[in-house]
Amino acid sequence: MVSTLAETPLGRAVKVHAVDGSRAFRRRLLEMGLVPGTPVRIVTVAPLGDPLRIEVRGGQWSIRRAEAAQIQVLAR
Amino acid sequence: MTHASCHDPAPVRDPVPARPHLVLAGNPNVGKTTLFNALTGSSAKVSNYPGITVEAASGELTLPGGRIAELHDLPGTYSTNARSAEEQIALDAVVGLDGAPTPDAVIVCIDATQVARAAYLLLQCQELGARCVVALTMVDEAAGAAPSARALAAVLGCEVVAVTARTRHGLDELRAAVDRVLRSERRPLWHWQPGPALRARLDAVREALPASWRSATRYGAPLPAADDALALWALTCIEPRTGGADDDELEVPDALRAAVVAEPAPRDDEAVLARWAWLDREIPPLIQKPPDRSRTERIDRILLHRVVGFAAFLGVMTVLFMSLFWWAAPVMDAIDQGFKWTGDQLHGVLGDGVLTDFLVQGVIGGVGAVMVFLPQILLLFLFLGFLEDCGYLARVAYLMDRIMRSMNLHGRAFVPMLSGFACAVPAIMATRTMERRRDRILTMMVVPLMTCSARLPVYTLVIGALIPGSRWVQGLLMVGMYLFSVVTALIAAWVMSKTVKPLKAKRLPFVIELPPYRFPRLGGVLRMMWGKSSMFLREAGTVILACSIALWALLYFPRSEPTPAPDAGALVTQAARDDAQATALADQAHQLEHSYGGRLGHAIEPAISPLGFDWKIGVGIIGAFAAREVFVSTLGIVYAVGTDADSHSEPLRVALRDARDAGGKRAYPPLVGLSLMIFFALACQCMSTLAVVRRETGGLRWPVFLFAYMTVLAWITSFCVYQGGRLLGFG
Repeated sequence: MVSTLAETPLGRAVKVHAVDGSRAFRRRLLEMGLVPGTPVRIVTVAPLGDPLRIEVRGGQWSIRRAEAAQIQVLAR
Repeated sequence: MTHASCHDPAPVRDPVPARPHLVLAGNPNVGKTTLFNALTGSSAKVSNYPGITVEAASGELTLPGGRIAELHDLPGTYSTNARSAEEQIALDAVVGLDGAPTPDAVIVCIDATQVARAAYLLLQCQELGARCVVALTMVDEAAGAAPSARALAAVLGCEVVAVTARTRHGLDELRAAVDRVLRSERRPLWHWQPGPALRARLDAVREALPASWRSATRYGAPLPAADDALALWALTCIEPRTGGADDDELEVPDALRAAVVAEPAPRDDEAVLARWAWLDREIPPLIQKPPDRSRTERIDRILLHRVVGFAAFLGVMTVLFMSLFWWAAPVMDAIDQGFKWTGDQLHGVLGDGVLTDFLVQGVIGGVGAVMVFLPQILLLFLFLGFLEDCGYLARVAYLMDRIMRSMNLHGRAFVPMLSGFACAVPAIMATRTMERRRDRILTMMVVPLMTCSARLPVYTLVIGALIPGSRWVQGLLMVGMYLFSVVTALIAAWVMSKTVKPLKAKRLPFVIELPPYRFPRLGGVLRMMWGKSSMFLREAGTVILACSIALWALLYFPRSEPTPAPDAGALVTQAARDDAQATALADQAHQLEHSYGGRLGHAIEPAISPLGFDWKIGVGIIGAFAAREVFVSTLGIVYAVGTDADSHSEPLRVALRDARDAGGKRAYPPLVGLSLMIFFALACQCMSTLAVVRRETGGLRWPVFLFAYMTVLAWITSFCVYQGGRLLGFG
């Protein structure tokens, strides 16, 4: 079942299904390695509720909730 | 395993040039700068790319056999697909476009803990036909997780050298590898094959590439695969014309744009996905085990904790802020005193005269005005260097993003804005920790609104002299001025991000990496601290010195014959205690009134009288351009109470309180005091700020914009306060 990364509960292991959004936005995330099939996980949420700290390919990124909502994920 | 492109080009062998041109590319946080410093040693020079706020470092690298190569450090990027100024520079430098020389070889840094992602940039460089050497960094940190250099080289199809810049391990091997690759053929390497549809698009677009972009021109021999790579870049990055002057739009020849937009489907995803498919197939087998992040994870559990993390953050920021205020203050005072002492000594030797005044007040005073910034700049960059190096600065952005984002500012803008409470000059230099130019400039445009420490003496004088009420009321007003500045800065950022085209928020993702915590290297931090400071002295300092001297001349010339006091009338009433002294002070006041600056003060009176200011305040405002606190001493001269007047000096306060206008009413009722403080809060009364913005943005456009918007904002707000107050009967 497809949902967005923003809705994914903390710590649940999912994988990228697709990245939506503008062309430049999609390409940037794809080029950084967030291609379909890549495992991703939300590690923590910032104290003020946004952004999210996610783990991708052994590294960690900070990504805004609104942007995470553009990333469709599948259960892994 | 790896193979050259389908076009098998004739081998290209250009002779190794006498002074090879090398570039160093890599993702952010891969230890690129450390490697650059280790390779170039003391020859490194930091400057800006012309016209834009992107730092360029270059230095010399000695190859085996003694040949000297020029090494250019590129901004850290994840890709060469230009969307930001940094990526455009990376592409231009790797390929040799837009006036950049074609590099003879490219050193690509690959972080051993993040091989696949870092190798993505390498694939793009290889496709473009660059001669690549990989420097495998962070091998010590990756420990067992690092791939073997030999296995990685076999897969990537280029030389790979493991380096540890800290211990200088591998640097000689890297130099030797660069030397070898410089003698090799230039051969574009594609690790994937475009499908038929993309192939057709590439063929069409390749034909539209301008001659100066083609490999035949840049490399001296036609390499169709390298031209394909540029065609792919064009397909990826060139958008249909949007009509208006979109800041995002790339400057490309019309024919090329037409070829790119001829078909609606860009098909650029195919390239990204194919590269990643290749990386995901080839790289994981080389990695023994996932890199160990447990230490970073343990630290993050504390530092990013909801409560503890926030408290730690406030603690770090408090120390940073207090150090700028309190640790720097004694040094700044000492510098001030030192220059005053030097001036006095010189005065003693040379005696009175125009030359003496020029040297003492103009030159020595001007150099002092520059040097006084150094303690804060050194301290701030010492802190920033450590925080950046250990990985905490990225966490600051993570913690503060929610607040800063609501004003369309970058999370990392927090530290510069906080530093702005001490002084806008180091704060503006601190905007460099942000990657994107748009974020940097927007932050630079609002940092000068923060209540810097130079405004403090002005507020203290005005509140002490003109605002009635208990100490409590006066204290609250001071707090109010601080709050006012924060609110104005945040609102200004929001408004500008909505209205000023180059500052509008782009729809790029705000994805920042949270790198592993690392021990900062003192050498690197000190080196950067010194680099920034010397750059400030060299480039902003000279402008500040020149402006100081010009301002001195403005308030000094023309010299007029000393006239007896009566002419100065009201000016001397308060100073008439000691006749001799009073005459000297009155002379000074007279001199100032009739200087060019004084006349300018008179001339601008019509413009500032709606704010409640007379010409004397006008002169003070002009003098304050050297530094805001100079307002106090300038008023000291105008009111003939001496140049040494400070914000607590009672004679000056009394003089301001008792000043009368032509009609015999109080010249400065409390409402004028408020209007004056608002004016100082909002106006960009500081040539050093403008000089440093000019230096950081590489042009006059942004300092002019900054000065204009702040002056207009200050005038309108003061006007509303003063006229509104009068309407309400407070005049």
